[in-house]
Amino acid sequence: MKQVIIDPTDERVPIRRMLAARSGTVVGRVALLDIAKPRGDILIDRLAKHLQDRLPGVEIKRFRKPTFTKPAPDELRRRIAEESDFVIEALAD
Amino acid sequence: MPLIEAAHKSFGESVAVWAIGQDAEGNAKLVERHGLTVPMLDDSALKVSFAYGLDTVPTIILADSRGAEIRRFVGFGRDDWREMFAELARLSGVESPSIDWRSYPESRPGCGSKSVEPGIAERLEAEARGDKLTARRIELGDSEDVFEFMFERGLTDGLPVVPPTPERVMWMLTGTRRDPRDVVATVPPNLAPVTVEKVAVNAVMAGCKPEYLPVVIAALEAVCTDEFNIHGVMATTWGATPVIVVSGPIRNRLAMNMGMMALGYGTRSNATIGRAVKLVMRNVGGARPGEIERSTLGSIGKFTTCFAEWEERSPWEPLHVERGFKKEESVVTVFGLEAGSRQIADQTSRTARALVGSLGLGLEACWHPKQHGSGEILLVISPEHADTIARDKWSKAQVRARIQEVTSRPISELLPDDDSGEGISLKALGMTNPTKEQLAQKIPKFRRPENINIIVAGGDAGKFSAVFAGWVSGPMGSSSVSRRIEEAI
Repeated sequence: MKQVIIDPTDERVPIRRMLAARSGTVVGRVALLDIAKPRGDILIDRLAKHLQDRLPGVEIKRFRKPTFTKPAPDELRRRIAEESDFVIEALAD
Repeated sequence: MPLIEAAHKSFGESVAVWAIGQDAEGNAKLVERHGLTVPMLDDSALKVSFAYGLDTVPTIILADSRGAEIRRFVGFGRDDWREMFAELARLSGVESPSIDWRSYPESRPGCGSKSVEPGIAERLEAEARGDKLTARRIELGDSEDVFEFMFERGLTDGLPVVPPTPERVMWMLTGTRRDPRDVVATVPPNLAPVTVEKVAVNAVMAGCKPEYLPVVIAALEAVCTDEFNIHGVMATTWGATPVIVVSGPIRNRLAMNMGMMALGYGTRSNATIGRAVKLVMRNVGGARPGEIERSTLGSIGKFTTCFAEWEERSPWEPLHVERGFKKEESVVTVFGLEAGSRQIADQTSRTARALVGSLGLGLEACWHPKQHGSGEILLVISPEHADTIARDKWSKAQVRARIQEVTSRPISELLPDDDSGEGISLKALGMTNPTKEQLAQKIPKFRRPENINIIVAGGDAGKFSAVFAGWVSGPMGSSSVSRRIEEAI
C-alpha cells in the first residue's frame, strides 16, 4: 500500500543566488558593519586602519546594527546596499 | 432482522426498505442466517451512520420521498415498532403483515454505534469537514520506511516522529475551530508563514493529541512576535530556547505535569507541546542546528521545554493573573531563557528571609556571578520551599526585593580582574576613572525586580527550587510574552 504523508515544511524552494563576480581588486566603497557585539568596534577599528593603509583609494563607511540579537533592519540593509560596493561584517566577542 | 425483512416484503412495492449494516462480514452472516431479500447495504466506512448522527444500533429512520426524515426509532421498542408498521401501512396503502408481537420482548436498548467509538468519531468528524488539507502530499515508495524517510529528509529533531498521514493531520485539526488555511504567524528565520494546517502536521509529528493544538498555536503566536525575538533565541551561540509555561484550567484538562518531575520528562502533553513548537521552528522557520540555530553547546532542553504552574499549590496568584489575565482563562507564556533548568538546594532554612536569601545566592551563578544588572529569569519554587515562604506570609514583591538585596555587590567586586576576566565593564557603566565612592556603589543581580519571574511547580517532597537563567533580555533581546489559548470546546 502506498504511504502518504503531509509535507511539514514551508514548501518553498530557496532561490539559488550566484556569488558576485570577484574582480580581484577592492575599489570604491567598503562598508564595515558592526553587529553590536561587545568589542565589535575594536575589531572594526583595526580592520578600518589596515584597509586604509593597504588601500588608500577606498572609501570606508561604517554601519552598526541596533542589536546583535535581531536581523539588521530593512532600512539599514537598504542603505548598505545603496551606499557600498563591498561589505565586511564583524562578529567579534 | 426478520421484522425488517417482513416490512420489505409487505411494503417494498411502494416504500423502499433498506437495511444498513456497519460490518460487511456481519451483514453477510445476517443475510445468510435470515435468508434476507431486503437490500443490505454496507456502511463499514460509517459515513452514513455519521451523517445521520447515529449513536445506537438498531436505529430505524423513516423518511419521505425526498429523503427528509419523518421519524426515527432508536433501539427496539415493541410498541414503537408496531406503531411503525401501522404508519407504513397507512403511507403505502398496503395491509400490515400479521406479526405475533407478543413473541417479541417489550424493549431492547440496542448497542452503541461504531461511529461514536473513541478515535473513530474524531476521524469521521475530520473527514466530514471535507478535504481541507492543501499542503503538499508526499507519496512514499512501497519499500520505503516512513520513519527512515523522515530522518533522511531532515524533518526530525533527532528522535523519531509520528508520520503525519492525512488521516492523522485531519484528526489533529479537530482540536481547533480555526480554518486550516489561517496563517498563525510568520516564522523566523526564513520568515515563512505557518498555517494552522502546517502547525497540525508538526503537532502530529511531535506526538500531540488534538486538544493540545490550541496551546501549540498560542505558543507559536507568542514566540513569533518582535518582542520575543525567536530569531535571536534560536540563533544565539548561548543555549537559549522558548521556555513554555501553561496557566489556567487547560493545564488540568490536558493532564499537564506541574508536580513531581514537572521540568523533566514522562508526560505526553508537557513533552509534545514544546516539541511541536520546536518542530515548526525547524521545518517551517528553517532554524536547524548547525545552520541558523547556532548554540555552542546546546542543551537537552532544546528538544522541548514546556510545563505548567501548580496554581492550586501556590500561595500567590498564578502567573497569568499576575500578567493581567482572568483566573479562568487559559494562557501560555513563553520566555527566551537558557534551555535547561539548574537546581538550587536549601534543606535547612526555616524562615522566608533565610530561604529567599539562600535562593538569591544560588541565582548569582546565572550567566556569570560577576554579571549583574541581568534581565529576565524564571524561578520555579518547589512546594516545600513555597510553604516555608508562605508561613511568613511573604508576597512575591518581598521575595524579589530580598533577592535584589542579597545579590547586591559593590562595583569593585564585579569588575573583570586577573582572577576572573568576565565581569561588568566600566564602559558599560559609563565610567572612565571611577572614584572610591563610585566603586562602592552596589548593583543587584537583576536590572529590575520584575525581571525575576516566579512560579510554583514540582513534587510535594524536596527542598529544591530551580532557575531558568536568562539570555539577552528586554527590547535588545527577548521579552516574555503571554497569549490566551483559544480552545475548541
